[in-house]
Amino acid sequence: MDKTTYRKRSRTRKLGITAGLSLLTTGCGERYLVFRPVGPVGQVEKDLIILSIILVLAVIIPVILLLWRIVWRYRDVPGNPAPYDPEWSESHVLEVIWWGIPIVIVGVLGAFTVRDTFLLTKPPERTAAPLTVQVTSLNWKWLFQYPDQKIATVNYCEIPTNRPIQFILSANGPMNSFWVPQLGGQEYAMPGMAMRLWLQADRSGVYYGHGANFTGRGFAHMAFNVIARPRAEFDGWVQQVRHSAPVLTRVGYQSLVQSSIVEPMTFSAYAPGIFESALLKEGGMYMKRDLTMLGRSHGH
Amino acid sequence: MSTFLPHFPATFIVTGDPLIYGAEVSIVLATVGILFVLTYFKKWRWLWREWLTTVDHKKISVMYLIAALLMFFRGGVDAMLMRTQLIRPNMSFLQAEHYNQIFTTHGTIMILFMAMPFIFAMFNIAVPLQIGARDVAFPYLNAVSFWLFFFAALLFNLSFVVGGSPDAGWVSYPPLAGLEFDRGPGENFYLLSLQITGIGSIATGINFMATILKMRAPGMTLMRMPLFSWSVLASSILIIFAFPALTVALALLLIDRLAGAHFFTMFQGGNPMMYINLFWIWGHPEVYIVILPAFGIFSEVVSTFSGKRIFGYSSMVASLMTISVISYVLWVHHFFTMGAGPGVNSFFAVATMCVGIPTGVKVFNWLFTMYRGRIRLTVPMLWAIAFIPIFAIGGATGVMLAAAPADYQYHNSFFLIAHFHQVLIGGTVFGMLAGMYYWWPKMFGYMLNERLGRWAFWLFNSGFYVTFFPQYLLGLMGMTRRMYTYPANMGWNTLNFISTMGAYVMGIGFIVLVMDVVYSIRFGERDVTGDPWNGRTLEWSLPSPAPHYNFARIPTVTSRDAWWTSKQERSRSDAPRKLEPLQPIHMPKSSGRPFIMSAIFFIGGFGLVFNWYALGFLALLGVLVSMLLRSLEYDTDYYVPVEEIEQTEAALGRA
Ligand code: HEM
Ligand SMILES: [Cu+2]
Repeated sequence: MDKTTYRKRSRTRKLGITAGLSLLTTGCGERYLVFRPVGPVGQVEKDLIILSIILVLAVIIPVILLLWRIVWRYRDVPGNPAPYDPEWSESHVLEVIWWGIPIVIVGVLGAFTVRDTFLLTKPPERTAAPLTVQVTSLNWKWLFQYPDQKIATVNYCEIPTNRPIQFILSANGPMNSFWVPQLGGQEYAMPGMAMRLWLQADRSGVYYGHGANFTGRGFAHMAFNVIARPRAEFDGWVQQVRHSAPVLTRVGYQSLVQSSIVEPMTFSAYAPGIFESALLKEGGMYMKRDLTMLGRSHGH
Repeated sequence: MSTFLPHFPATFIVTGDPLIYGAEVSIVLATVGILFVLTYFKKWRWLWREWLTTVDHKKISVMYLIAALLMFFRGGVDAMLMRTQLIRPNMSFLQAEHYNQIFTTHGTIMILFMAMPFIFAMFNIAVPLQIGARDVAFPYLNAVSFWLFFFAALLFNLSFVVGGSPDAGWVSYPPLAGLEFDRGPGENFYLLSLQITGIGSIATGINFMATILKMRAPGMTLMRMPLFSWSVLASSILIIFAFPALTVALALLLIDRLAGAHFFTMFQGGNPMMYINLFWIWGHPEVYIVILPAFGIFSEVVSTFSGKRIFGYSSMVASLMTISVISYVLWVHHFFTMGAGPGVNSFFAVATMCVGIPTGVKVFNWLFTMYRGRIRLTVPMLWAIAFIPIFAIGGATGVMLAAAPADYQYHNSFFLIAHFHQVLIGGTVFGMLAGMYYWWPKMFGYMLNERLGRWAFWLFNSGFYVTFFPQYLLGLMGMTRRMYTYPANMGWNTLNFISTMGAYVMGIGFIVLVMDVVYSIRFGERDVTGDPWNGRTLEWSLPSPAPHYNFARIPTVTSRDAWWTSKQERSRSDAPRKLEPLQPIHMPKSSGRPFIMSAIFFIGGFGLVFNWYALGFLALLGVLVSMLLRSLEYDTDYYVPVEEIEQTEAALGRA
């Protein structure tokens, strides 16, 4: 899938649906993070959501209107002139209609769903080389490692804009789910396993993220910000981190693995192999195919 | 492995919280109170003979109903506590530990110890009477099911004061629920009590499938069967094929926890994803297990109170059966975000949308059952009518969730919470309350009060919208579930406040409902006809409550809506009906063993919770001995003599 189709598709659909959308995105709409995507992934998901809302309204509205009308018209009050037909209980025409309409709706929504499901497994834009960020859910904090920059952060994440980000998700602790609504939907972060989630920000900004799958006592405090800024600023930030921040040692990592709630942290370097060894600890035997993903993300 | 000697953990009796102290004191007081009343009024024998040993489906139904309402109360209190904690950001009403325990017990209780016994209460009261049977196929097994459920519920609730409640969510995913992150006995309570009640549920599924397939009155072909019985058949099939998956998931996790195995641990080859799959292979059908009987009840109620045949009966049957088949291949939609490939996600997404089709058809058929009818707005009918818009919206958000890429944005957010409460409350709970008001006269011989019933309905129904609609919006604003607290700067404050207010209104609605029950015990209007609603199906041909053998003569059925037809025929001709001579009736004998055996299950379960293996093995032995004794027992049934039937029928005013 190349860039143009990925974009064009969502734009054609956008035309038809801006009307319904405007309702939710005006006024205090900026709070509805899911409806305020800042990148192509979130945009595809938002479009699908809007489409599904329109399609289901095509059933809900008639049902509610019919219900209202029927209950009113046929209520049992003396002298009600409406017809009473206690034996009338079959109509092939009617039944064909209401088996048919849902089938059509499911057909349409199903087709778009399948298309987008496949679409989202691919990187959003091929023009810029993707940046890889390894994400580990720990009790109760998020560790971000940049294998190419060799730096690490905790509880916040900086990314360049207009560049696909390949998040490689894992956990060294209970299963979590990595969710940054304005960039796009979530994916589980599971122990002993690595999973890929493509996201991208087209606009600079600070985006709210949170663990979405319950991990115990400190779960409610697993918020993090994703800070997106233009490439040059991002590179500047990397340089600055390299020169100023402390190093994440193996011992330091072990203390992060312990249950605790911490403030954001920054590291100029980290002990190599932290991510991989947690993943493969004691074998990590059931997801052999993930090794290729790791290999690719590392470039060796 | 620990020793065979009991060892008491330091936290055996839970301490340190005023709520829990309160509960401990009230449990002790209530127990003393009940013991006193039973002794003072010399009711022990009565309790044993009439209730604890009964195998009569009508009494078992009453016990299920009482238990379900009690558990509804407990789960509802949990809900109120959670909503109070979320009323404002950064509240410190509950600590994280408590909030986590409360949402875990809330979900578990509402699904397994409220919804399940509630549907079983309805199965038991209505199915044998509707199909013209004298009891279920296996009355003794029916009692076993009830007592297993009862003692499992006791075991689960005990965790509140002894040992500590589970706190890994009602889905209890490892590794969070494994030993590594959860040492306390709470999780064991969860696993063992669900295991015990699950055995009871499987038995109930088998029992009702056999009853419906084998015990229908002569002439009642499957296509003449009332839709409620059809829905019970569909639900039973689901139970039989879905619960074993839960049994396996729970057993393996228990072995991990008790014996240090590695089925679902993080490493050493364990695979937590296996548990998640097994759990939802049960969990998804489970939601249909509790909604299909509600569909059945709505069909009965809508048709009765519209004074009209059900519209599109064959479509209704077809959609019940389609739903029960499709619902086995939907489980992955609970974890689209677990990294299955796009092919798998697409398949499960489209399959999930497909289940919306038969569901939509049912909604239209209910609407057109009312069309050209005469709609009487009784309390059961109010619940049925209110169900339609809520369920239409809940089903629609379900279809939205099924669009996998969209689900990446809703999953684990309050959008999801709003969806499943919409269908579980609007569907199952409304359905069960409709059924309760509808069949109450049949169960107890008097009506529930309409006025209070209407109040309860309006409060609960309007509270519902206020509680759950804001939660959809909160989900879209990025609020995830299971957060015991949230920051003030996200714009979530107002909507959470509104949601909590709605929950309080629902709570008040529930209190009015209980007031209705209590008030009607004393002042309820007696149902002398046995047919207070001008019903259509056979249960209304019997006196309320029905005599213990149900039908003095088994009716012969000639059409759908059998009782309605025979009323019509009677009104057309005054020719005196020819009655067959009475025959002695073959009935099952009461037995104390289901109660005792389930109590032994409870003791064994309690032992295993604390790793007291000796107690566990002893109890296992006890269970085996009771099963052996049962298989050696021959004196299990008797005949009701004709004179006794005549006397009973005469006393009930029936010739
Ligand atoms: C008064 C009505 C109710 C209110 C206000 C209410 C409220 C809640 C809340 C606040 C949560 C947890 C949110 C969180 O995870 O932080 C929840 C979860 C849940 N509720 Fe309810 N609830 C109600 C009735 C019901 C009923 C009737 C059922 C079932 C038939 C039910 C089933 C569940 C389930 C299965 C969960 C998920 C539990 C979990 O995932 O841990 N609820 N509810
Ligand atoms: Cu499901």
